[in-house]
Amino acid sequence: MGATFSEKVLARNAGRARVQPGEVFDITPDVVLSHDNSAAIQRIFGQLTQARVRFPERLAITLDHAVPPPTPQHARNHAKIRRFVAEQGIPHFFEMGRGICHQVHCEEGVVGPGMILLGADSHSPHCGWLGAFGAGVGRSEIAALWATGELWLRVPETLRITLSGRLAPGVMSKDLALQLIARLGADGANYMAVEFDGPGVATLSPDMRAALVNMMAEMGAKNAFIAPDEVTWRWLEAQLRRNREDDWQERLAFFRDQALLPDLNAPCAGQLDVALDEIEAIVSCPHRVDNAQPVTALAGTRVDLAFIGTCTNGRLEDLAAAAEIVRGRRLRARLLVIPASSQVLADALDAGHLADLIEAGASIGTPGCGPCMGVHAGVLAPGEVCISSANRNFRGRMGQRDAEIYLANPAVVAASAVAGEIVHPANLLAEA
Amino acid sequence: MRSRHRVWAYGDHVNTDVIFPGKYTYSVQHDPAALSRHALEDLDPSFASGVQPGDVIVAGRNWGNGSSREQAVTCLLACGLRAVIAESFARIYFRNAINNGLLALACPGVAELAQSGSELSLDLDAGELVLAGETLHFTPLPPSVRHIVAAGGLIASLKAARGQ
Repeated sequence: MGATFSEKVLARNAGRARVQPGEVFDITPDVVLSHDNSAAIQRIFGQLTQARVRFPERLAITLDHAVPPPTPQHARNHAKIRRFVAEQGIPHFFEMGRGICHQVHCEEGVVGPGMILLGADSHSPHCGWLGAFGAGVGRSEIAALWATGELWLRVPETLRITLSGRLAPGVMSKDLALQLIARLGADGANYMAVEFDGPGVATLSPDMRAALVNMMAEMGAKNAFIAPDEVTWRWLEAQLRRNREDDWQERLAFFRDQALLPDLNAPCAGQLDVALDEIEAIVSCPHRVDNAQPVTALAGTRVDLAFIGTCTNGRLEDLAAAAEIVRGRRLRARLLVIPASSQVLADALDAGHLADLIEAGASIGTPGCGPCMGVHAGVLAPGEVCISSANRNFRGRMGQRDAEIYLANPAVVAASAVAGEIVHPANLLAEA
Repeated sequence: MRSRHRVWAYGDHVNTDVIFPGKYTYSVQHDPAALSRHALEDLDPSFASGVQPGDVIVAGRNWGNGSSREQAVTCLLACGLRAVIAESFARIYFRNAINNGLLALACPGVAELAQSGSELSLDLDAGELVLAGETLHFTPLPPSVRHIVAAGGLIASLKAARGQ
């Protein structure tokens, strides 16, 4: 009988021939992720009176959630983290402005195919687009991982989603993700692994894959997975050559060696077939991610702020889609663009996307999470309406209880910034 | 042993942003008084001032979905809340609850019986509760993680294992 990716990777880690969904045992992750919350984790770690982190080389700490620090308190928080990183000799530390942890780990080859990452962040499934196992946990659990290197994990049931066909022009993987979440519900994959397969996968670019896997957190998934293929390996090689001049060949060989593929005949708890051609551009309405409607049904809804960024949709293709739409136009709503990483920022500059965005009137922020969780850098006023390429539209999410957040793909967000109201990009282009 | 508790009733898919708003994530982290002040701030503004030690929350499906922020658990502990009893929990919330010693009981059928202000009686040994005249059974924890709860949370269980 075959096994899913998640079963295989957890079994290998636990030193078992195979494991069954529902079993609970201790695993030792390859990467332990934390970010601005590392100062709080350090305090919990301190309760264990253990001087040294057990495996400092497995930690990956990124300053991304409130960068540059908006208050002296946030600055002290960052300073505390820097001291800890120096004291413990943690090699994978990424300073403010380098980007969002999930994006940076992929670019830097911190995580790759067949590896296991546990993170104190709910979008830790993100790295699954490279064929890794990523799951979110809490701060106390990360403190325990710093101390012992181990944590209990339950083997998830698997939902297999088989993709066929190809997305229509103007439709992005964000629409597929929002459609899946609307159809299955915000807990449609609670506790489960989501594994994508089928011929449609090959039609999705790296950036589209990352957004899709990232969003599965909003369906409750423990982790999500796309098997590495030629698209993945080409992307990984280019990234490693760019960011790891000294050891890119060894790292690539390591990833090749670690990669695991699910068996085609692996029993799954659920199977869903999706024709990509049938996906249309949709918008998730306040205050739930699974509350989606076609863009056209919401046309005319006033927009005060349009936000493009985050670990979900702040990559080069996202900025390119936005630049394409705003080029040569003026904006009727505020447009805030925050690249997911400094690499995305540099590439968008080279490609001319930033010039298009700035010329139209957009403001550009420091790579990081921006206003996504309401801490700083573009939070909303009472009564304001935001359309965002982020992942959550919960009440109060962007810092203001009495504000409304709509979620959409970056092209819809950019078109709505131009129109000052929600509009389908095709309709905006038709008017011009 | 049976204990009696006052109920705060909420619906499905209550997320961690309304339980503990993200804007406080890096400014309110450990102080119990500050944590409790913001509990459920964007869900029910009457909760933080009205909750009494020993009260319980009864909710629908997928309680605690969204962010992994642990304050969504510790702010309720800081209020003296005895338990969250829900149709189901989002997985990171459930882990955070176990790891911080908050009782998180999955109890199918509980939400439709719940009204804020009503009384619930709880029998942990028997694995049952009584609400609105009905007796319901809740799902036991996986045996392998019971020792964490018994020790009072993950860090406490690690300290106990090390003889600290």
